[in-house]
Amino acid sequence: MSSRFVRSLAAAWLLVVAMGASRALVASAPAAEELLVSRAEVGRQGGQLVINQRSEPKTLNPLTALDAVSGEVIKNTIADLIHVNRETQQTEPALAKSWTMSPDGRRYTLTLRRDLRFSDGHPFDADDVVFSFRVRLDEKTRSPQRDQLIVGGQPVSVRKLDQYRVQFDFAEARAAAERLFEGIAIVPQHLLERPYAEGRLAEAWNLTTPAAQMAGLGPFRFKEYLPGERIVLERNPYYWKADRAGTRLPYLDRLVFMFVTSEDAQAMRFQTGEADIASNMSAANFGVLAKSEPTAPYKLYDLGAGFNYSFLFFNLNDLSKTTLSETARKQSWFRQVAFRQAISAAVDRDAIVRLVYRGRATPIWGHVPPGNKLWINRAIPQPGRSIDRARQLLRSAGFSWKPDGTLVDDRGERVQFTIVTNSSNAERVQMATIIQDDLKQVGIAVQVVTLELRALLDRLLKTHDYEACVLGLGSPDGNPNAEMNVWLSSGATHLWNPEQKSPATPWEAEIDTLMRRQLMTLDPAARKRLYDQVQELVAQNLPLIFLVSPNVLVGANKGLGNFRPAVLDHHTLWNVEELFWRQKRSSGTP
Amino acid sequence: MSGASRRARAWLVLLGLVYASILFAGFIAPYSPDEQNRSAPFTAPTRLHFVEANGRVHLRPFVYRLVNRPGTFDEYDEDRTRPLPVRFFVRGAPYSIAGVRGDRHLFGVEEPAKIFLFGSDQFGRDVFSRLLFGAKISLVAGVLAAALALGLGLALGSLAGFYGGWTDDAVMRIAELFLALPWLYLLFAVRSMLPLHIDPARAFLLLVTVIGVVGWARPARLIRGMVLSAKHRDHVLAARAFGATDLYLLRRHVLPQTAGVVLTQLALLVPRYILAEVTLSFFGLGVTEPVPSWGNMLAAVQRYEVLTSYWWMFLPGIALGPVFLLYYALADAFQQELAHQSS
Repeated sequence: MSSRFVRSLAAAWLLVVAMGASRALVASAPAAEELLVSRAEVGRQGGQLVINQRSEPKTLNPLTALDAVSGEVIKNTIADLIHVNRETQQTEPALAKSWTMSPDGRRYTLTLRRDLRFSDGHPFDADDVVFSFRVRLDEKTRSPQRDQLIVGGQPVSVRKLDQYRVQFDFAEARAAAERLFEGIAIVPQHLLERPYAEGRLAEAWNLTTPAAQMAGLGPFRFKEYLPGERIVLERNPYYWKADRAGTRLPYLDRLVFMFVTSEDAQAMRFQTGEADIASNMSAANFGVLAKSEPTAPYKLYDLGAGFNYSFLFFNLNDLSKTTLSETARKQSWFRQVAFRQAISAAVDRDAIVRLVYRGRATPIWGHVPPGNKLWINRAIPQPGRSIDRARQLLRSAGFSWKPDGTLVDDRGERVQFTIVTNSSNAERVQMATIIQDDLKQVGIAVQVVTLELRALLDRLLKTHDYEACVLGLGSPDGNPNAEMNVWLSSGATHLWNPEQKSPATPWEAEIDTLMRRQLMTLDPAARKRLYDQVQELVAQNLPLIFLVSPNVLVGANKGLGNFRPAVLDHHTLWNVEELFWRQKRSSGTP
Repeated sequence: MSGASRRARAWLVLLGLVYASILFAGFIAPYSPDEQNRSAPFTAPTRLHFVEANGRVHLRPFVYRLVNRPGTFDEYDEDRTRPLPVRFFVRGAPYSIAGVRGDRHLFGVEEPAKIFLFGSDQFGRDVFSRLLFGAKISLVAGVLAAALALGLGLALGSLAGFYGGWTDDAVMRIAELFLALPWLYLLFAVRSMLPLHIDPARAFLLLVTVIGVVGWARPARLIRGMVLSAKHRDHVLAARAFGATDLYLLRRHVLPQTAGVVLTQLALLVPRYILAEVTLSFFGLGVTEPVPSWGNMLAAVQRYEVLTSYWWMFLPGIALGPVFLLYYALADAFQQELAHQSS
């Protein structure tokens, strides 16, 4: 016998042993594995889901992903300890099957599910949890989720009690603290420990990393990426949820994200059946697709008011150290509450709802949109449009009108300003056009300038070279904690005057205090009262002049089972593991 | 008079009519171009009736008031209870034509009905009125930009052709550089360097300047060739021998030879530059809302819903056709006339 033959024989034997062993592992696994049993309708396995993706993800690393687009793909490959159910909006067990809170609210002890595996088959335990938190808290990682894990100015302390129990200590009691775990993906220590130790974490798990070097606890795992075309995720065979019949989830074999940049092209692809799901549709395209809905293979859903809101705001930054003298002069108008109130009174919100959103939006006067039923302060007044009131307010603030109807300030200067907005958002441009015409009726000349989003954000947050802007924000889970950096005067998205060293106005100081207090208040009713006060202060002082909150508009192929869209993000794929095709579909890989 | 010059005259008269309608846009248009009717977005062109529902025949056309069907955004029903006749020389929105103020409009209907001959846009603005006012921007921008480009081309081309040598080399190399530049992207680049918030009138002038300055190279090359051949003609050489100055030679003998080419070029360049304005405004770099131009009106068609649901929003694009045909027919007639003269 040649030595080569011996070697190959030995290799073959090894292979057989390895296969046998892995089969034994899989076979014995369900007995010990603590799977979560889904209460959804029992479906059938197979098929793929084609999803429009507005641009390419930049990374597949859940620790360092900054942009929403990467997050939309990554979400399907990760799992967290405690999860916010998008349907009930309440927290529920995920990787942690249960948890307890100490009486002072500062210590949480989480018990993990036993014998779970990452998508590469490697076992998951408390070490992975500790590692996931340690890496995020390390400033060198530059994780966008680090701030979420700082409570009372101190990082959360994480301690392993045993293989399946982890203890979290907070420097101070924090309201709704279990929500803090939402979205904190648990990553595999065995794959990321080395890149982390070598300081290469940011480069680890990019789009060119081989699939075998990545693993997660989500329902899907990375399969392939074709630049400029698509990214494909495949079923995670070790996923930790099963249906009532005992079948392991997810049902779908593949998720295919096709890169389709324009919103219109996305709508067209959905209309022709090239994409199975449409999320975040514009009201205009929703209207077009609704016309052919009766005969089409898709169904559309208007989920009602969501968590996004649009507004107009003025530049209230301190411009004394800049060369923007013209804008600085105009700030003498913008800084007057009466001026902002007059603008708010002159804006025709109903026209925006009708003309821009085809009735699929709600006019708003405060920053908590009506979709956020738990937190909205219903006592905020909702005055209708009144040009007379706008004129009264302007007159009281020292403005007057020339015979030809143009508005001038007390120095005789004509009141005119420019509204910027991002060109890629047709709705914002249309809102600005309506406001332009509304304000013409009180004698204010407005110009509308559209900019590419990046250029716009640069002006808003860095150079402060703008006068007024139409923009939108969204609250990720409706909880006020998620909006801290909008309302704190030191916040980076405190749009009208970001990152202040000390509050510029008394009412901003008051909002700062109230927001910090609600963060530390454990009693939900007391928290709600504090946040109601914030809403009142905002509505009185109008740093943002609120316009409308658009409805959440989505659609899906009729053959898709368990499709239960939610107003919370991600509207359509939040229960992706439960989605299934009612009938076998012939479509192959695109 | 040759057939070609008769034809040229006919096309000129027709073009004159087009431009006259622009001049009198305020009078011909029933509404102000930025007047929003927020209860009437995307109404189809208003139907003119002669026969009432009850069979009564009217000699004067009439319209019905449109009522938004409840629960819909863009569906309307005619209110058949009351016919509203189309009237002429009605009072309406004030306007001014060459400094003369007026508020009489060629036609209109009694409120609350509206007459939207070409339908209305998303904000319920009259597309017909906007088309007329938009032409004021688009068609005039084309003429001004072409005049600017030709003026520059004429000056630089004759300089190069007449003096030759290094002047010729320098001017022609620069011209080649301009020709090699992808003009559309150059226009984008130039426009994006200009300040963002400029009022529509200044934006218009800037647009014209940018388009005109970028376009001088092609006419300059043509004119240089003409001048080059003209300056060696016997009568020019003779005049020079008699001591004529350069300026005199250019003015009296050389440039008149180029007149035919200049006119033909003008007729060819105007539609090109109209298109340039439309393109820039289409991409949001030209005249901005609420001032209409054919380009920013057409920008709405970029949206899928408009593309599929509201055909009348294409009208500014369709209107370009006849205008272009008129200019090209005129250029053709000029060219034939030129050939006729030289033979």
